[in-house]
Amino acid sequence: MNAFVRYGAMLMLAAAAPLLGAPRGHAAEIALLNVSYDPTRELWRALNAEFIPYYEKTTGNKLTIKQSHGGSSTQARAIIDGLDADVVTIASIIDTNAIANKGLIEAGWVDRLPQRSLPYYSTIVFVVRKGNPKGIKDWPDLVKPGVEIVTPNPKTSGNGYLSFFSAWGSVIVRGGSREDAVDYVTKLYKQVPVLDSGARGATTTFVQKQIGDVHLAWENEARLEVKEAKGELEIIYPPISIRAEPHVAVVDANVDRKKTRAAAEAYLKWLYTDTAQEIIAKNFYRPSNDQILKKHASHFPPVKLFPITDIAASFEDAHKQFIGDGGVFDGIYKPKS
Amino acid sequence: MSVDVVAERPRTVPQAVARRAQEDPLWLRVTLIVAALAVIGILVIVPVANVFVEALREGLGTYFANLFGDPDTRHAVLLTLTVVPIALVANTVFGIAAAWTIARFRFPGRTLLTALIDLPFSVSPVVAGLMFVLIFGLQGYLGPFLRRDGYAVMPYLIALVAVVVAVVSFLLLRPVGRKARQGLWGRTWIVLPLLAVTVFAVVLLPQLYLEVWPRNESLKIIFATPGLVLATAFVTFPFVARELIPTMEALGADEELAAVSLGASGWQMFRDVTIPNIKWGLAYGIILCNARAMGEFGAVYVVSGHIAGQTDTMPLRIEKLFQEYNLPGAFAVASVLTLLALVTLVAKIQLERRVPSTAKLFREETHERPQ
Repeated sequence: MNAFVRYGAMLMLAAAAPLLGAPRGHAAEIALLNVSYDPTRELWRALNAEFIPYYEKTTGNKLTIKQSHGGSSTQARAIIDGLDADVVTIASIIDTNAIANKGLIEAGWVDRLPQRSLPYYSTIVFVVRKGNPKGIKDWPDLVKPGVEIVTPNPKTSGNGYLSFFSAWGSVIVRGGSREDAVDYVTKLYKQVPVLDSGARGATTTFVQKQIGDVHLAWENEARLEVKEAKGELEIIYPPISIRAEPHVAVVDANVDRKKTRAAAEAYLKWLYTDTAQEIIAKNFYRPSNDQILKKHASHFPPVKLFPITDIAASFEDAHKQFIGDGGVFDGIYKPKS
Repeated sequence: MSVDVVAERPRTVPQAVARRAQEDPLWLRVTLIVAALAVIGILVIVPVANVFVEALREGLGTYFANLFGDPDTRHAVLLTLTVVPIALVANTVFGIAAAWTIARFRFPGRTLLTALIDLPFSVSPVVAGLMFVLIFGLQGYLGPFLRRDGYAVMPYLIALVAVVVAVVSFLLLRPVGRKARQGLWGRTWIVLPLLAVTVFAVVLLPQLYLEVWPRNESLKIIFATPGLVLATAFVTFPFVARELIPTMEALGADEELAAVSLGASGWQMFRDVTIPNIKWGLAYGIILCNARAMGEFGAVYVVSGHIAGQTDTMPLRIEKLFQEYNLPGAFAVASVLTLLALVTLVAKIQLERRVPSTAKLFREETHERPQ
């Protein structure tokens, strides 16, 4: 019994010790937290491995970078609730603006970095089964009878609403009317057997549960998926798709409090260097530096990427019109029972 | 025929006939047994075995490399080994206190308190996590203050804990019986407030003057280790208390009263009478609490912030490895948790033999007190 009490007391002391010792840090040791979305783990791991030694050599400071990954909206919510992110690199400007609207990122953040704060961009492509048995080449092929489509729920997933915007734009940008577009997406979502809540869930449905003939996925996810499937899957690049824009931003409120602004800004600016752009291209994100993009042209077959402004005023406007409550999606999609 | 048998030997039926009448036919028994084994095999044994098969698929070397080679996984194991013991100690202390209060006293609100102890079981872990986000989050009640100057509460918090410890110690250590309470021990209502104020001042003032705590720095609760501890402790709170309440109620207060009447202080009574009586039940509660705390996912998921190598516990790490297509890594960590579950199971079976069942205790009690 006495041993028990002693053990308990020791544990409590042990628990209290880090609390007493923790708060004092050294000026030359900097720790950054990069809060990002789901599929970018491999990308940021590769970028950090390159940036950390570079930064330590040029400034003499010691740097560590921690990563946090999850659904874009979940991550934005966590930052709003106090997650100590120094930089935020999530998938959609809608979520980044949600953080900005709480005053954590200063207004006008988009123009503080080159290329409208876009070190890279991406798009939505098709993944099909080996040999493309249903002969899917372009958006109209998706609504042929008997084709089953896998894509996540546009209400909860970035991949989900980008798929919707792509499908919508494939009609509008080619000169179709709004009625044609509504007609097309109505048919398309009738052929979706299940709407997963996130990108990785949809991948599991398509790859492991073997449901569906075509998977509408992020370009980089599609490459990874095809690689993991070892020859069972193929990528099809449609002639036209959306230009998806995962912005990066410094979280002003946090870097000012943690006094990490200099490092955080250097980190994001470094993303535009040739070294970083090369790494980005090798991880199948389209680098915003056109020269590097051209160099890796074999990775990135030409797809006409239309900007969101072709179908709406902005991503927020598109989301409100098409996905938000009472939007187009609510009118056309009836869950199967 | 049977009428004749009954007529010949009234009130007795041959034993074999009776047994046969109670038994189901052989084919039915075999079918049921096979069905039960099949269900357990498919639902329990195969998946559990599969965890180990998958973990060891690429050999023992890879298995250990997966467990100890990856710094993030290593950190997740260490973090779980930090969070769980703290939650366990807290739940043991509060569990004993709650069980004691409920089993030994009758007071208004007692039923409500009993129900509230069970609350963490009925609340979804995700909701539990969200509650902490709503309290400690930046948009929550305490968040803005914690962010601005969070450490300002620490001196007061520690002083308050010290006061509680001092007051409880005083009440536990003072001799029992009016005559035995000489001098200061006897003047409870003067000594206790004085003691409380003195301890509070002695603990608080040096912290304030020496500025032990940093000023104007944010104190992280959620998205950091304290939040993980809070969430884990909340979800696993009922285990110890629920195990102890029936045990203590069944045991009754007789032995404790006897000890006190022989002059034991509160602490002596607790140490020499109460603890030996409840120790197996307590150990049982702690083991269950530990198993659940190690495996907790939902509540921890909400408050963790998913920072690799910082706030990922073992279950969170498993999910992440799984999503990164690293199946051997995910199963290696999963195998450790599964192993823990098996150890818990064995310990539980061992303890169940020692824990006097409530029914047995009641039987003994009624037997010893013939009315």
